Amino acid sequence: MSAAAETVLSASADLRFRYAVHLGDTSLILAQRLGEWVGHAPALEEDLALANISLDLLGQARYLLSYAGEIEGKGRTEDDLAFLRDPSDFTNLALVEQPNVDFGHTLVRQFLIDAWQLELFECLQGSSEPRFAELAAKALKETRYHYRFSSGWMVRLGDGTEESHKRVQAGLDALWKFTSEFFAPGAVDEEAAAAGLGPDPASLRAAWAANVEQVLTEATLKKPADVSYRWYGKRNQHSEHLSRLLAEMQFMQRTYPGVQW
Amino acid sequence: MYTQGLDSLGADCLHQATDAVTLEQRFQSKVDADDRIEPKDWMPDAYRQTLIRQISQHAHSEIVGMLPEGNWITRAPSLRRKAVLIAKVQDEGGHGMYLYSAAETLGISRDELLEQLLAGTAKYSSIFNYPTPTWADVGAIGWLVDGAAIMNQIPICRCSYGPYARAMVRICKEESFHQRQGFEIMMTLARGTPEQHRMAQDALNRWWWPSIMMFGPNDAASKHTAQSMRWKIKRFSNDELRQKFIDITVPQAEFLGLKVPDPDLRWDEATQHYVHGPIDWKEFEEVLKGNGPCNRERLETRRRAHEDGRWVREAALAHAEKQRARETQAA
Repeated sequence: MSAAAETVLSASADLRFRYAVHLGDTSLILAQRLGEWVGHAPALEEDLALANISLDLLGQARYLLSYAGEIEGKGRTEDDLAFLRDPSDFTNLALVEQPNVDFGHTLVRQFLIDAWQLELFECLQGSSEPRFAELAAKALKETRYHYRFSSGWMVRLGDGTEESHKRVQAGLDALWKFTSEFFAPGAVDEEAAAAGLGPDPASLRAAWAANVEQVLTEATLKKPADVSYRWYGKRNQHSEHLSRLLAEMQFMQRTYPGVQW
Repeated sequence: MYTQGLDSLGADCLHQATDAVTLEQRFQSKVDADDRIEPKDWMPDAYRQTLIRQISQHAHSEIVGMLPEGNWITRAPSLRRKAVLIAKVQDEGGHGMYLYSAAETLGISRDELLEQLLAGTAKYSSIFNYPTPTWADVGAIGWLVDGAAIMNQIPICRCSYGPYARAMVRICKEESFHQRQGFEIMMTLARGTPEQHRMAQDALNRWWWPSIMMFGPNDAASKHTAQSMRWKIKRFSNDELRQKFIDITVPQAEFLGLKVPDPDLRWDEATQHYVHGPIDWKEFEEVLKGNGPCNRERLETRRRAHEDGRWVREAALAHAEKQRARETQAA
């Protein structure tokens, strides 16, 4: 048993591994989606901002996946975990694997996840595992910036022109169903909560909803009705988009396995 | 800005040719003394136009240059390489912004410059019309293209026009970091598996000559060089810089164990320089004319981003307008 594994006695290494992978996957897949924008954004400033957010999320993913590999103790690196797992092994939230579609959809996706990460990282700072607490403290600073960007654009687009309002409302309507996953039970985060590793997913709902509603009101957007949707990424149930995203992301490591880059 | 600059000198100088000559002399002696020309200073119209052309081409190159490398962000072979690549492409966008700002001090707007780019009337570096079919191209671009760019840009840090020179100081710092990263990618590949080595060699084969062409036409054929050197916009000729690049880069290729694709390349003891084979100027001209392998794709991509983003920019303007109206009402 490594020194790090002894620090948290209440949680098994396996649980910490799975929790780190779950959080890491969410940041990684969203980083990948934002990376698709680079060079194609509506203005140079937005190109830079999207690249910047992508880079922050990628940093979080690298930290979490490296830690997961360490905990697992089988010698798997961040790259092994990112590039050599199959789609069914990924436990990212289904929302982040959704396609960019247009700037409106991209911003809605970003805003919904930023508002969730704000609450998540706030709570995760109190994790019984210092490595999670450390990650959360750093990620929270980044997320505040992301949230300022995405909520600012929600208002600009929602309360902009008729077309922008229509587009961002369409994005909101299309993506809303995926938000139920944030707060629904899933084996990993439920167990993590019980072990004091992270927050109970349901406990994040009230603050998230308050933030989201306030921004939607300012943006003159209509909050979609909650609908039942239970195919959750954190339960390894992914949309059709993930395998395609991974095919692109992983092809170098799959084609030329086991070499240094 | 231009007319303002002239107006501030008073109407007299516009009427009398002798005063115009004095202005020009004063300008040139300032340049000769290595003083910096600043946006509000008088400058010859041709100097202003040359700078607008050069700085905007430079800015456009940074923006179009985001595409060949951005092509590999989603497929970078490791998370570390992916992070570095995103940061690099982001830096390039930032360089574009510095340079558009520098160009704007000469009295032209970023929107006008962007329109020229999208209309195809403004140029950008010929190099970005070449494709990036493999990961090794990302390494080759960092090593060779950024290497050539640095060679071109270091002297511009001492350019007579202050805003351009200052932008270049910041840009060069980041570029040299990019170049080291590119070289490191090439080194990893060249010393990796036979497949990786082959990938690196293939990238060098494809990027060598286009990089050499980045320095522009031979001195004899370069129509802007003499005037630009007198104005200290340019400090060295195209051929001087090209030679310097080759002298530095050939040993790097040897260090990597890669072969430069020039059968005529040889070290000349007498001049202490490498002698290189003939450059395919026909290809250079074709690429500049818009007939390179990716000219059409690059411009199409920029146009599509601009068109697809129109509603977003309009929304931002409309929202700002509404906010202003609300504030006025509240006051």
